[in-house]
Amino acid sequence: MSAITTDDKTYNFDVVRAFTICAVVYLVVGALVGVYIASELAWPVLNFDSPYITFGRLRPLHTNAVIFAFGGCTLMATSFYVVQRTCHVRVWSDKMAWFVFWGWNLVIVLAVITLPLGMTSGKEYAELEWWIDIIIAVVWLAYMFNFIMTLAIRKTSHIYVANWFFLGMMIMITYLHVGNSLAIPVDFTKSYSMFPGVQDAMIQWWYGHNAVGYFLTAGFLGIMYYFIPKQAGLPIFSYRLSVLHFWALMFGYAWLGAHHLQYTALPDWTGSLGAAVSIAMIIPSWGGALNGLLTLSGAWHKLRDDYILRFLIISLAFYAMSTFEGPVMSVKTVNALSHYTDWTVGHVHSGALGWVAMVSIGAIYHMVERMWNTKMYSTTLVSAHFWLATIGAVIYICAMWVSGIMQGLMWRATDDYGNLTYTFVESVAAMHPFYAMRAIGGMIFLLGAVIMLYNIVMTVRGAEKQPSMATAKA
Amino acid sequence: MASNNEKMSFQEKTETNVWLLVATLAVGLTVAGIVEIVPLFYLPQTMDAGLTEEEDNVRPYTALELEGRDIYIREGCYTCHSQMIRPFRDEKERYGHYSIAAESKYDHPFQWGSKRTGPDLARVGGKYSDEWHFQHMMCPKCVVPDSVMPNYPWLADAVVDHSMTAKKMSALSMVGVPYTEADMAGAADAVKGKTEMEAMIAYLQVLGTMVNFQEGKDYRK
Repeated sequence: MSAITTDDKTYNFDVVRAFTICAVVYLVVGALVGVYIASELAWPVLNFDSPYITFGRLRPLHTNAVIFAFGGCTLMATSFYVVQRTCHVRVWSDKMAWFVFWGWNLVIVLAVITLPLGMTSGKEYAELEWWIDIIIAVVWLAYMFNFIMTLAIRKTSHIYVANWFFLGMMIMITYLHVGNSLAIPVDFTKSYSMFPGVQDAMIQWWYGHNAVGYFLTAGFLGIMYYFIPKQAGLPIFSYRLSVLHFWALMFGYAWLGAHHLQYTALPDWTGSLGAAVSIAMIIPSWGGALNGLLTLSGAWHKLRDDYILRFLIISLAFYAMSTFEGPVMSVKTVNALSHYTDWTVGHVHSGALGWVAMVSIGAIYHMVERMWNTKMYSTTLVSAHFWLATIGAVIYICAMWVSGIMQGLMWRATDDYGNLTYTFVESVAAMHPFYAMRAIGGMIFLLGAVIMLYNIVMTVRGAEKQPSMATAKA
Repeated sequence: MASNNEKMSFQEKTETNVWLLVATLAVGLTVAGIVEIVPLFYLPQTMDAGLTEEEDNVRPYTALELEGRDIYIREGCYTCHSQMIRPFRDEKERYGHYSIAAESKYDHPFQWGSKRTGPDLARVGGKYSDEWHFQHMMCPKCVVPDSVMPNYPWLADAVVDHSMTAKKMSALSMVGVPYTEADMAGAADAVKGKTEMEAMIAYLQVLGTMVNFQEGKDYRK
């Protein structure tokens, strides 16, 4: 990739460009696997009696691909972009940045190989085996160290708010990854978690919910705090609110994992504590969402023709919705119905498709225009992508709301004599239309992602053919 | 920005000193984990449900059951099946007695799951015959027409790798599962020649059968 902006002399944008392109590719791949496994649930014949593509083996591949491949590359692209721009310095070590790029991609390739082969630790969202976990830890520490050192050599007096969120995410993910991955290896294909039953469950969900809270929330809030003001050309609504948002989120989110274990064999106090803090988390979450949304105060007309800004703003609407839904679902009486159902899956996807993916997509379009010093190849395609992504996500979420609540109600329904009204498999059969609808919603979202990839490839090609401003001036 | 004769707020210090920001986060982020996780390792009521000796038959998995459990993990069964029955009337009717902590004390990792695309399996042991499980795993739709579970025909052909079993037991004993020398010595012979299907069925048939629950007794305080 050739250097084509004047900023390239100051900043290392090559590594950001590489991460950005990877993020878009992994979005397509991760969503494709998601659509496939969604279709397997609607039409089980798609499992084709092959061990490598059954739902049970591909589902971890889907979650790892979207969270760590797409989400991870997006975070690395945006954090390196933001930290350089807001600190007015080049990344501390170019070599280390490239080490992180190749190391992270190596992990992704290893995941694609090992997960379909059935090499798994059996812990949700942390399925990769012990030796891959070690590679992840090394790459992650290099990423964090390089980021901190870049902050340390900054030329600005203060550290910008987006970087606080990125930094908090990096520190917490280090704890989570190391703590939850502790295992005794048998050989390269197999290991056993160090912790038994109850303790393993608590550590797993401390990891699981905080992967959501820090990786998929704090990190992406860092993106929000830089890219919304930049794209809108306005300062963030309130500095004070962002300080409150940051500290409340950092100290608050870490408690929530226990709400995944309500009514289980885990002691009751843990789940109650998790639920209590979950409800309190509505305040910082909405504070943050409003901080982003109100940045547009008096400038809402910008949404009329700026589709990149639309992605960023709708992501906050989804963020506000899922951070209201989450606390509601953590309340014991609601959780009794919603746990184990598709409602949880719907909730995750309103966060993943609506919040994480939308804010990432907005940030990626923004970065592509600046790093290749050009405009998008087609704004019509950006607008098409916006509508496909929004409609796809909404169809997905609605399908899962209906199927999840229906499952919960069918499972607990009893007749006049106190007998269960439905057998389990009757609830499975009742899900079919919603599973089909969910797969279609996913396909629409995927189509949008494919359009994005095409649009970005065409933009980059066009930009690299043009003599750039930098070379023209020289 | 603070002027020279004005005292800097702590917030401003964290914004201007990256090491202070790192240190504050590094300490603050551990609090919740310590409060929620550490007590589970020493509070006695976490594991103790007041089981009498007669009720408590929880034991480590046999060699064949252990191999079955590893296949359960390998195939990602936990992505669709939970193993954790909650104390609700409908779950008691459908699945049996609610689960207690002691029942998964030898489970590394735990397999409680988070989703019931299929039914809970915490007490599936003894509910169906071995032959039913065989037919069901070969072709779930042939047994339960509306099922969306994939077929697992390869389990019937694949033979368990008996050279691994003792190593697995030894790894588990390092994290506190009380396997004896005799268990490990006999492990290879116990699984030699068994198919993965046989191992899987052995595992499923032991699930939830290790505690003799007494009617009406409260096991979760």
